[in-house]
Amino acid sequence: MEFQITMTGFVAIYIFMLAAFAGWVIIGRVPAILHTPLMSGSNFVHGIVVVGGIYALLNASTLQEQIIGFFAVLLGAGNAAGGYAVTHRMLAMFQPSAHKTTHAKHGHAKVTHLKKA
Amino acid sequence: MPTFAMIPPLLIGATDLAAAFLFMYGLKRMSSPVTAASGILVAGFGMIAAILASFLYVFGVSDAARPHLQINIVLAAVALIIGGGASWWAGKKVAMTAMPQMVALYNGMGGGAAGAIAAMELFGNKTQGATQLVVTLLGALIGAISFSGSLIAWAKLQGILKHPLRIKGQQWINGIFMLATLAVGGYIAFVNTSGATPLMAMPSLIYLFFALALVFGILMTLPIGGADMPVVISIYNAFTGLAVGLEGFVLQNPALMIAGMVVGAAGLLLTLLMAKAMNRSVSNILFTNFGAPKKHKQGAIKGRLKPVDAGDAGIYMRYASSVIIVPGYGLAAAQGQQKLYEFVKLLQAGGVLVRFAIHPVAGRMPGQMDVLLAEAGVPYDLIFQLEDINDDFANTDVALVIGANDVVNPAARTDKSSPIYGMPILNVDKAKRVYVIKRGEGKGYAGIVNALFYGDNCDMVYGDAQVVLIKMIEAVRGLGLSAAA
Repeated sequence: MEFQITMTGFVAIYIFMLAAFAGWVIIGRVPAILHTPLMSGSNFVHGIVVVGGIYALLNASTLQEQIIGFFAVLLGAGNAAGGYAVTHRMLAMFQPSAHKTTHAKHGHAKVTHLKKA
Repeated sequence: MPTFAMIPPLLIGATDLAAAFLFMYGLKRMSSPVTAASGILVAGFGMIAAILASFLYVFGVSDAARPHLQINIVLAAVALIIGGGASWWAGKKVAMTAMPQMVALYNGMGGGAAGAIAAMELFGNKTQGATQLVVTLLGALIGAISFSGSLIAWAKLQGILKHPLRIKGQQWINGIFMLATLAVGGYIAFVNTSGATPLMAMPSLIYLFFALALVFGILMTLPIGGADMPVVISIYNAFTGLAVGLEGFVLQNPALMIAGMVVGAAGLLLTLLMAKAMNRSVSNILFTNFGAPKKHKQGAIKGRLKPVDAGDAGIYMRYASSVIIVPGYGLAAAQGQQKLYEFVKLLQAGGVLVRFAIHPVAGRMPGQMDVLLAEAGVPYDLIFQLEDINDDFANTDVALVIGANDVVNPAARTDKSSPIYGMPILNVDKAKRVYVIKRGEGKGYAGIVNALFYGDNCDMVYGDAQVVLIKMIEAVRGLGLSAAA
């Protein structure tokens, strides 16, 4: 059995197409209140580029490649770590009303809306 | 017969598969404030796993790279620690109001990384076949534009670049740079596939290609004004995602392809949402100078501006039964969120129904005002989006507008000649009474007079938002009322 993955031509386009649809649908459900964390969260997700940077750097055979590869990993790691840090900080701040008093009705209406959205 | 050589690729493949799943699942969990915090945690696990597994690539490096392997491993580890550590530290330290520029910076880093990977493929001539070469070039182009463009966006948001830079014939210059970049890229592809002798050495051509793409990213972003930043950040987020996805194809890594394309689609969706909230097309935002002074015939506005004392306004709200607060970027600029929530709690203690109404493009990135209110401690169930609360203004006692202007300008509904006509606005003018906290009598970002301020039901409270709110708090406290009077 072969575990090396090869994706050429249509297979790659299928992957791209389905991933784009998935992204569109998943993000389309996010309420506007979460747009900033969502954006920094998706920003974090493309930090996966660091994995590509590591692969390229490990396969570097000239000084020039080593220098560029170093920056690829440096920038990619910065993208991933920073994206996570700010997203986590922001999401931790979103809290519901501690005790539902006079506005319980409104709070409830909002929550059901978010679930539906 | 299974051999040891099969194990690393199997592990990498399985981990990347898991990472792709965790990213999607994590993003999905972010679709509700209730589960969002766990969503980023889930995605984080995926990232850690994928990074650790990527070191298994040492078992499959090319023969040319084998003698350098030890140095390369050290370089990778050092880059990971420095880049990740510095970014992590900065991300933990940064003020919430500075979040848009931070996201722009991280986004630029991702674009730069994708561009750098493409550069290594090109310099090392590692691509196989015309398709891979073209995809590499495309990823390099998009990544480089995202890198330099995001850095300019960062500098603008950080206040390093204070004014949008606009020169005559800018669109032509940008167009020429774009065409030149594409021409050089096309030439590289032509030389490599046909085997023709290039006019200049291949490395020089590659350098030229990247230089042109970087300059184009700078030129494209320089003229764009502050209030259009939500669109710019969204679009560069999409660009970086796309570049990462394309380089994922070149490296034959499905996790990069999927993650990159998911983000690309997400960024595109957000870009379109933002443009819709401004009632403008994306190309209009990117390629025309909205902030430039326009010759616009202003219809005569009846009425006059009526300044009132902050304390009086505060006391009026204390005796109202319902208040809707409309915060804009001015509130964030004055760092008034904490004081605002303090004031809101005073009103709530007196039995006033207080809610927040957020316009989609309030702030400098999508949803920024929501985050700033959350940071001040405002529960998310008090925060409402435009379409959910707009009908409620008509039966609300007081609408309090803080540092927002164009997003509450009724001209968007009524005045067909207005540049913002058709933009969805918050119907603040329909409230029984309106208070507007504003620094001075200046116009909004779009340079349009706001008829709301001249309405019979509207009073102006001039001053820095934080100072005004402190006065309101003192006035209400000064009443000496017990809670829930």
